[in-house]
Amino acid sequence: MTADYRYFDHEADIGIEAEGKTLEEAFVNAALAMFAIMAEPATVIPERRVSVAFDEADVELALVTWLNQLLAQARVHGLVFCAYSLSRAGEHWTGEAWGMPWRPGAERGTEVKGATLTQLKVEPGGKGWRVRCVVDV
Amino acid sequence: MDMKRLKQIDQWCYTVPRGEGEDRAEVRLYGSAPLLESMDEMVLTQITNVARLPGLVGPAMTMPDAHWGYGFPIGGVAAFDAEAGGIISAGGVGFDISCGIRCLRTNLDLNDAVGFFPQLADALFRDIPAGVGEEGNLKLSAHELDQIMLEGARWAVEHGYGTAADLDFIEEHGRMAGAVPGNVSDLAKKRQRGEMGTLGSGNHYLEVQVVERIYDPEAARAFGLHEGQIVVSIHCGSRGLGHQIGTDYLVSLAKAASRLGIQLPDRELACAPIKSPEGQEYLGAMNAAINVALANRQILTHLTRESFASVIPGARLTTLYDVSHNTCKLERHVWEGRERWLYVHRKGATRALGPGHPAIPPEYRAVGQPVIIGGSMGTGSYILVGTREAEQKSWSSASHGAGRAMSRKQALKHWRGRELIDELRDRGILIRTKSLRGAAEEAPGAYKDVDLVAEATERAGLARRVAFLRPKVCIKG
Repeated sequence: MTADYRYFDHEADIGIEAEGKTLEEAFVNAALAMFAIMAEPATVIPERRVSVAFDEADVELALVTWLNQLLAQARVHGLVFCAYSLSRAGEHWTGEAWGMPWRPGAERGTEVKGATLTQLKVEPGGKGWRVRCVVDV
Repeated sequence: MDMKRLKQIDQWCYTVPRGEGEDRAEVRLYGSAPLLESMDEMVLTQITNVARLPGLVGPAMTMPDAHWGYGFPIGGVAAFDAEAGGIISAGGVGFDISCGIRCLRTNLDLNDAVGFFPQLADALFRDIPAGVGEEGNLKLSAHELDQIMLEGARWAVEHGYGTAADLDFIEEHGRMAGAVPGNVSDLAKKRQRGEMGTLGSGNHYLEVQVVERIYDPEAARAFGLHEGQIVVSIHCGSRGLGHQIGTDYLVSLAKAASRLGIQLPDRELACAPIKSPEGQEYLGAMNAAINVALANRQILTHLTRESFASVIPGARLTTLYDVSHNTCKLERHVWEGRERWLYVHRKGATRALGPGHPAIPPEYRAVGQPVIIGGSMGTGSYILVGTREAEQKSWSSASHGAGRAMSRKQALKHWRGRELIDELRDRGILIRTKSLRGAAEEAPGAYKDVDLVAEATERAGLARRVAFLRPKVCIKG
């Protein structure tokens, strides 16, 4: 799967926008975009795995929940992520993220505090689905 | 911002006339014409949305440093009456609950300290955990974290981080009442266990500064400030716990608003009536996060003292003041000739109580509450003092920072971290950071002119300038 994401301007924070052939792929690319703010993905080794699961019928709130669950798991386990998978069965979403513990002395990006509902959009477009939101840094 | 949409009230205050049939409260924007002109149009959209929320008392306001946020604009102030169906909004407080600034004065002058700055920068960078993913040395049990959520900075002092005298100069004496740890999710608590005593990243910083100019000698005397004096400012908040509470309640309050029939012009305004179970739940969790932020800055104060002592034996650091700028607090205010209890949201705005207010420490009460405007790492910061006028104008609120003028994305196109750090070093400002990207994003040129913000804050009557602080050492995450 090739990363397909970009950033858009927001005065104080950072807007992320991602595309995918499926909704799940677009969500995965949004996760890549968000964690790339904190660490260069190429420098992260996918040696540890964590799982997330949640129920959400509203696809826009599902995007925010997905991103925020990943942020929370990263902090709880002291990890930075670089690869993801996500699947959906109705309102139930299950995903995985792979990454590694922060290395002392590694160059760090900017901490993302949370994914917000600002400029939140999940809609058909681009390669299939286009998703976007602003993340608070 | 399109100035044609605004109507001038006076030189430092503007409003937005209501359109035909437009059902909303008044909007008031404080600042000079150039500051307002440079603001994004979204500031106007967001504050106009706030003016549509139920139970709002008086106008929805922006401070002179306002910029585009999420839900509320950063620099937004709005007060709600619970008895009139007023709401509490997670988007009106922000993710970094109780983010704020602790300012410490020292017994050192520039001449005493200047030779030690490189060692001091290294010691602070070594001792203050900063940057994304960085954990503190303090590992908390679940019980200890519950105690911090209830006791705030008092817990930190009782456990050897700082002195009882610090508590006298922290808002709420270091402990916010009304905290309910049970309203905080397990995930939020887990996120905090390794993050007490950490600075974070983004616009958070620890700076060693010199008092370069005194504007108000009487207030400066009361605050114990003089020209040439070294002070330290610590800007950070409630870390992972606050972020997770913001995350949890943003979605749950957005759903509650929809269920309770509150029409939100923007989902990010996620709110519930203060008197509803959902509103009360958020309030209890938010107060717990305020206590975590107060404890976090208290622990960082202790670590800062240790760093100073390791480099300059005899250095003494005392708390000037600790003020938060992302909160919602229940306060007594006069509106239309009657005293009322109001829930005042300040998102990226500092409380600024005027002289005589009982919440101000006795040492400062005659002059007013210290107000801190944190600037960028290359320009400077201001200490101001609250005014009586601000009680009428802004529920005793003022600016909190320089305010961004350029997005982070644009800043990365303009500056490179390494070059910027070298340039600042040549100007006598030592930067220590774990993130070159972060340094570029935080370039001084990406911020509004802090001098204009401080001047506009004073001219608008929100707070009066007392001292200008020039950075000498800056620790960034």
